[in-house]
Amino acid sequence: MRRNKRFMIPYRARFDKALNPFMSLSLADVEKVARLARLAMTDPELQAARDQLNNIFGLIAEMQAVDTTGIEPMSHAQDVAQRLREDKVTEANQREAFQAIAPQVENGLYLVPQVIE
Amino acid sequence: MINSSLTQLGAALRTKKISSVELTQSYLDRIARMNPELNAYITLNPEISLAQARAADARLANGNADPLTGIPVAQKDIFCAKGWLTTCGSKMLHNFVSPYDAHVITQFNNAGAVNLGKTNMDEFAMGSSNETSHYGTVKNPWDVSRVPGGSSGGTAAAVAARLCAAATGTDTGGSIRQPAALCGISGLKPTYGVVSRYGMIAFASSLDQAGPMGRSAEDLALLLNTMAGFDERDSTSLQREKEDYARDLNKPLNGLRIGLPKEFFAEGLSGDVAKAVEAAIAEYRKLGAIIVDISLPNTKLSIPVYYVLAPAEASSNLSRFDGVRYGYRAPEYGDLADMYEKSRAQGFGAEVKRRIMIGTYVLSHGYYDAYYLQAQKIRRLIAQDFTDAYKQCDVIMGPTSPSTAFKLGEKGDDPVQMYLSDIYTIAVNLAGLPGMSIPCGFGANDMPVGLQIIGNYFDEARMLNVAHQYQLATDWHGRAPQL
Repeated sequence: MRRNKRFMIPYRARFDKALNPFMSLSLADVEKVARLARLAMTDPELQAARDQLNNIFGLIAEMQAVDTTGIEPMSHAQDVAQRLREDKVTEANQREAFQAIAPQVENGLYLVPQVIE
Repeated sequence: MINSSLTQLGAALRTKKISSVELTQSYLDRIARMNPELNAYITLNPEISLAQARAADARLANGNADPLTGIPVAQKDIFCAKGWLTTCGSKMLHNFVSPYDAHVITQFNNAGAVNLGKTNMDEFAMGSSNETSHYGTVKNPWDVSRVPGGSSGGTAAAVAARLCAAATGTDTGGSIRQPAALCGISGLKPTYGVVSRYGMIAFASSLDQAGPMGRSAEDLALLLNTMAGFDERDSTSLQREKEDYARDLNKPLNGLRIGLPKEFFAEGLSGDVAKAVEAAIAEYRKLGAIIVDISLPNTKLSIPVYYVLAPAEASSNLSRFDGVRYGYRAPEYGDLADMYEKSRAQGFGAEVKRRIMIGTYVLSHGYYDAYYLQAQKIRRLIAQDFTDAYKQCDVIMGPTSPSTAFKLGEKGDDPVQMYLSDIYTIAVNLAGLPGMSIPCGFGANDMPVGLQIIGNYFDEARMLNVAHQYQLATDWHGRAPQL
């Protein structure tokens, strides 16, 4: 896969706008993101997306100036430990009900285009 | 009857003044008349609704009714309901008839409430105007050229137009409170973890929370009693004692300390909204409250933080929509990757794709620390602001939205302008706190203004008390749009 230099900026430099112009996404960046997100996009769509994403990242850029040294990241709304449950079957088999709403099934299997030759 | 409180409706049902079938049918008739213009509902299923109403009537006759038995409640189309089309406002789920019930739906079913229909919403709850719905925009019942707010815009419009007795919403960054404010109704987002998210289609899992929307705080308390409670199927559901959220409704407010964050009354707030909110604060003084000036210094940062974290979580949650097991699949495609890419490109709308792309980018290799981790650190600073503030006050008040309902199409093409309108609500989700909005007057063009009440963790009963006492002293919540 083609490597994008912008994705390899050293850690420190990422916080320095002069060294790191990543607030402005290129068309290639947007194309890469669309591919990672599994979204087919035409060229005009990519261009429109780039402009809008750049506006949004302009809004987000405000965050970069905040000194967060020593602050613990808050990953969740409540500081509670993840609850664990016993490893046992709790759900009944509803295969027919689930497959009834699938786009394409055959013999109880979900059909997708061939992936292995 | 359409202006009765849930308590009054419950009493009418129990004393046989009206049956649930009659009540349900009268709402269905009203919906048939008004929904073509307002577009508040995506799906109606009168057969199921009336069957539930008949079952409720039997239960009422047996004398084992709950407070909500027989009452028609509309459900936001984000809640999976068995046998109901559940679209989440998206083309991606245009054919998704849910094979199971969300916990919230089960709770209402167990209470004997009637599911009146599925309400319109912004696609996957991403929006503040209801304009991103694949099923057409919802109109504000106070002025059909204006937005109802979002993402629970269909619910807010349905409650305001008396197209249901009450309804549900969900709130990730203000999606209950902002439409409640813009449509002149009451809405409450509980503390994160109070209502199970099981079967509620996920947007940003660390922020999403379901809550009630209705015409008064008293109604909200009854609804929350039904919705709240531990559910082991949601790993973030909190194990707590069952509580009666109506228990404190009638307490006097003498000595209540209300914190007013200076950041909520600064630049960006419309004059008409400020005036209505200040009048509400004056009313609270009369009720015996003490006003305390406070500061939430990181308020402004809540928007950039939210627009990193919510899209990041969304990009992960929405990866499940791949055209394989359910939902939309593109009619033509080549290999597997092409099928994914085309199904998602055609199934998702523009705003959803935008947020998936923001999320994918901030989580991608090399950017994680600068965006995602930095946003999580600032999230802690924002939550800490509230913890500090609650040392000086019992509740926090301010506007819900910086302006009243804007015109349809006014902000549609400018995502950034739309995002900025969430300035007063987002920090509450980031901190995981409960927040509500109640009507407190009218601004320019006679559009409703919402007063936001933010409580400390698990302080819903006190917030409902604070709102109810105001609603006893004023009648803003009783006003209805002319239709």
